[in-house]
Amino acid sequence: MKKKLTPAEKNEAIWAWCFILPTILGLIILNFYPTFNTIYQSFCKTGDFGKGNIWVGLANYKVVLANSETWHSLWNTIKYALIEVPFGVAIALVLAVFLNKKLKGTSLYRTIFFLPMVCAPAAVAMVWKWLYNQQFGLLNNIFHSNVAWISNPKIAWISIGIIGVWSVIGYNMVLFISGLQEIPGDYYEAASIDGATGIKQFFHITIPLLSPTTFFIVQTRLIGALTVFDLMFMVMDKTNVALQNTQSIVYLFYNYAFTNGNKGYGATIVVVLVVFIMIVTFILQKLEKKLVFHN
Amino acid sequence: MESVQTRDKVNKIIIYVILTIMAIIMLVPFVWMILTAVKTNQEAISVDPFYIFPHNGWHWENFASVWRSYNFFTLYKNTLLMIFFRVLCAVLTATMAGYAFGRLNFPGKNAMFALVLIQMMIPSQIFIIPQYLMVSKMGLLNTVSGLVFPGIVTAFGTYLLKTGYEGLPKDLEEAASIDGCNIGQRFLKIMMPLTRSSMVSLSIFTALFAFKDLMWPMIVCTRAETTTLSAGRAKMQGQYGSDYPTMMASAVLAIIPMVIIYVIFQKQFVEGIATSGGKL
Repeated sequence: MKKKLTPAEKNEAIWAWCFILPTILGLIILNFYPTFNTIYQSFCKTGDFGKGNIWVGLANYKVVLANSETWHSLWNTIKYALIEVPFGVAIALVLAVFLNKKLKGTSLYRTIFFLPMVCAPAAVAMVWKWLYNQQFGLLNNIFHSNVAWISNPKIAWISIGIIGVWSVIGYNMVLFISGLQEIPGDYYEAASIDGATGIKQFFHITIPLLSPTTFFIVQTRLIGALTVFDLMFMVMDKTNVALQNTQSIVYLFYNYAFTNGNKGYGATIVVVLVVFIMIVTFILQKLEKKLVFHN
Repeated sequence: MESVQTRDKVNKIIIYVILTIMAIIMLVPFVWMILTAVKTNQEAISVDPFYIFPHNGWHWENFASVWRSYNFFTLYKNTLLMIFFRVLCAVLTATMAGYAFGRLNFPGKNAMFALVLIQMMIPSQIFIIPQYLMVSKMGLLNTVSGLVFPGIVTAFGTYLLKTGYEGLPKDLEEAASIDGCNIGQRFLKIMMPLTRSSMVSLSIFTALFAFKDLMWPMIVCTRAETTTLSAGRAKMQGQYGSDYPTMMASAVLAIIPMVIIYVIFQKQFVEGIATSGGKL
């Protein structure tokens, strides 16, 4: 079936391949080879002095999957996502609807809400740690409380989740605003004539018509939350008693692969994480067909 | 009709109150960071009385001493070089590949573009160990090249630019090709300048991602004089964690360059994120 290319088509193909070659080579060397290499290493043990890979079969998987630490970290990560994603999305949606109303001063508010997005988590997580400080922190001193925000295992995960929400609101909000601007104004005009008020309009027009944007944000944020690392790394000291109850799965990976130098075990954790994310993505894709409103 | 107007007014006031409360919550960490940075450590850890504002002078010189003692000049330089080369590489490779995928026909196009899409779906944590081993084998640990390494090409950027090129009108290129321009000339002279906004989006996205990234610089640049602002800050915390004004002053220094750039170019930032919608 393949017909021979005309000289013009051949010329075009040569140019095109030259243009994509750097990217394709880069993807193969930097991403595809590493993917297979990580999977291979997950079946290996790092030799003494970090030299060589010794094939150990499923040994790493047996240890990782039997270790309660793995499941605990995975559960910590899910708990973090359960705070960051719903609250981050809901608050951002309300703010976006308000800022989309063409009131005075909205650009100033938008600038402020987006500000945490341009800051390195390494720096802002530090500030939150200081705000949460039990003895000298602003929160306890202002509210005359004595809460161990980040060292009480029962609440530390919520405190970390709050930092996460604070960090992503602006990003979600900006995506929501651009989604809102695509909803045609006549829908609202027609609803107003029928006597539908603001809140009714919000639930019957905004929510369904915005659902593709909402779905996109939930999906990106969920994957982002499931791979969270910086917040836990910066906020939780190694000696913190609540570390066990907050460390995320990527934090665990970092510790094994780079702090302890056990690459094989680290690779196994990462493969488990990736499989988990694949399952989540698959479920989301199934849900998309049911939940997202298509015009 | 007056009741409707009053209702609108009340609604407006409620909206402003909510927005203002949220804005204050968002700003508290930044304000507290600066207020702590200009205190003495004694003031910062004073509980009874608890000081919100510094009460014996604002010690702006804290910034200067932090700048000197923690070698911030080097951290700024490393971060700037990493961002510069990552943006350069990303824009260069993604523009070329984006043009080919968006405007040209060639055998293998769909298969190659599938590679781009697949890469975007794989969580990047799976690349890190082998990437580190490659950097280590090439002797690039503790160098700027090592920092730039994973960002030489970008699947996300390729996708973004492809969408940009697809959106351009078809007849532009046809006219040029009648005038005798070859594909390379058409790309450089006609098409590339028209995708400036996509390139700006990609640059902002790449710069922000590189600036915020913590794990990669921590892994490949373990020495204080070779690392970035992000990782350098993390290191300082371990060493000087209980000197709070110093910590806060260094946090301010670590975020201030990007905050200033953001305030100046906020329209591009917000639009760049809104149109690219990438995973930060």
